[in-house]
Amino acid sequence: MGRGRDEAHPGELTSVAVGSVGIAVAARQPLRVRVRELLDREWFLGPLFITPALILLVLLVAYPFGMALYFSVSNAFIGRPSHLVGFRNFINLWQSDAFRQTFQNAFVFTGTAVAFKLVLGISLALLLNQQLWFKRLIRGAVLLPWVIPTALSTLGWWWMFNSLYSVVNWTGIALGIMDPPGPNWLGQKYYAMTAVVAVNVWRGLPFFAITILAGLVSIPRELYEAAETDGAGPWSRFWWVTLPMLRPVLTIVVLFSTIFTFSDFNIVYVLTHGGPINSTHLFATLSRQIGLESGRIGEGAAISLYLFPVLAFVVYAQLRFVRKQNY
Amino acid sequence: MTRRQRGGKILSHVLLLPFLVFALFPFYHMALTSLKTDREIYDRHAVPLLIKQGPTLEHYTKLVTETAFLTWTGNSLLVTVLATFVSLVLGTIAAYALARLKFFAVGSFGTGIFVTYLVPTSLLFLPLAQVVNWLGLADSKWALVVTYPTFLVPFCTWLLMGYFRTVPKEVEECAMVDGATRIQALTRIVLPIAIPGLVCAALFAFTLSWNEFIYALTFTSSSDQITASVGVTGELIRGDIYFWGQLMAGAVLGSVPIVILYVFFLDYYVSGLTAGAVK
Repeated sequence: MGRGRDEAHPGELTSVAVGSVGIAVAARQPLRVRVRELLDREWFLGPLFITPALILLVLLVAYPFGMALYFSVSNAFIGRPSHLVGFRNFINLWQSDAFRQTFQNAFVFTGTAVAFKLVLGISLALLLNQQLWFKRLIRGAVLLPWVIPTALSTLGWWWMFNSLYSVVNWTGIALGIMDPPGPNWLGQKYYAMTAVVAVNVWRGLPFFAITILAGLVSIPRELYEAAETDGAGPWSRFWWVTLPMLRPVLTIVVLFSTIFTFSDFNIVYVLTHGGPINSTHLFATLSRQIGLESGRIGEGAAISLYLFPVLAFVVYAQLRFVRKQNY
Repeated sequence: MTRRQRGGKILSHVLLLPFLVFALFPFYHMALTSLKTDREIYDRHAVPLLIKQGPTLEHYTKLVTETAFLTWTGNSLLVTVLATFVSLVLGTIAAYALARLKFFAVGSFGTGIFVTYLVPTSLLFLPLAQVVNWLGLADSKWALVVTYPTFLVPFCTWLLMGYFRTVPKEVEECAMVDGATRIQALTRIVLPIAIPGLVCAALFAFTLSWNEFIYALTFTSSSDQITASVGVTGELIRGDIYFWGQLMAGAVLGSVPIVILYVFFLDYYVSGLTAGAVK
């Protein structure tokens, strides 16, 4: 860059002097000038600028990840030297009911939550794309669950699902949908899973709706007009124009959401602690319980590594997809 | 507006109503409970949707005077402000390098940043707890200042790379032709143009670190070191007795800083979300 620039404008001697002289006589220049000169070189400035971030990520992401791999094949226990034990942790896990239950929960939880978020997200985005009176206000309200600290808003849900004072049940009974006293949301297996999924959908829906809305806005109007002249009704316009045009956005949103739903911790931890009888445990919460509360770090690390295949798949799909879009 | 258009508009609002109730009701109920007297909260014949026996600030005053809530909030603020600042600086220079400069393996570094951006915090908290111990930061809020940038830096970098790419290269080249160094071009030309991006990155970084839970829960435990989220969800529950009024007051107050930012910068949140802020 630097050299080409100087040659292109040989006339501007005063302003480029520092830049061009530096190449030939760098050694004789005072240190300050030489450093300035170096900072103008992309091969130097680039690596310099990413080094701080790189050091941080190597020390506190890559290295811990390596440790997680090591822990998972060792019998590490809090405050005790550890030895390699091969794949014993993984084998032990498959023999524990809690883990098998968790494995199943993770897929049920992620599958239903993402499906609901997708369907509701598309519906909400379509509605938000209509002519509205208080557009900004409505958008603000819709986005709110996504910005409030999840741990704290989940406390609110915890209270709403309380076994004695549940406002959900009160409303259900008042409307005649539920028989008194109504379900014990967090104390019964399937209800607890429903509650956990509902809170996850509540918290993740804004992300789907707003992102899909951005996708909707960018669909050219002419496509709809052309479809209309061809006699397409609202439903076939949605099916043949909107959905195909939204596909890239939907793919990205679903991929992102899959990894963050799969690795969810806050909602389950606050709402159910994984109970009743492990029926809502996810990998993250079980990994914490085994790794920290019972101190079996090796097994805990092995559990959290089950998040890795999903992460790897999402990364692979995203990168392939992003490349294809020439982004 | 024709009658038909008006009808359609009204229908859209009616259909939006269930979504709005779903989104807002938990907050309404939370705030409502925090303002009720204990007698009304635990009255099983009362209507839970309204305050009928008079509002009270008792839960709030007790929260502030009888618990360490203010200390937790102070810790949250300290950790969030420092982590956001550090991450913004590191993220800005890294994003500039990755978006604008040509150097050895620049593409792989960009991919690496994207991959670390996707790594969930719940994958690494166990070994990170060990690293935090080695650093001598066990049970200290400083552990959070050190570890939060691990997810904030990839986030800021990724977001800002997008913004920097929208600044036309020519503007910068013009400045350098006129004798500005690269650094000057960055600080005087590119950064001022990218201010909306910087504001957005700062807002999201602040929100992400204020809302962070699993690291705070794992790396800190003493009452004078924990953050607001951990304090409210952990310390306000004593034994088997739940003080629901106080819990809800804590949840409301702990969300206030984010709500304030949100009210003022709503448009940035919306644009950031569509620019790839997903966590």
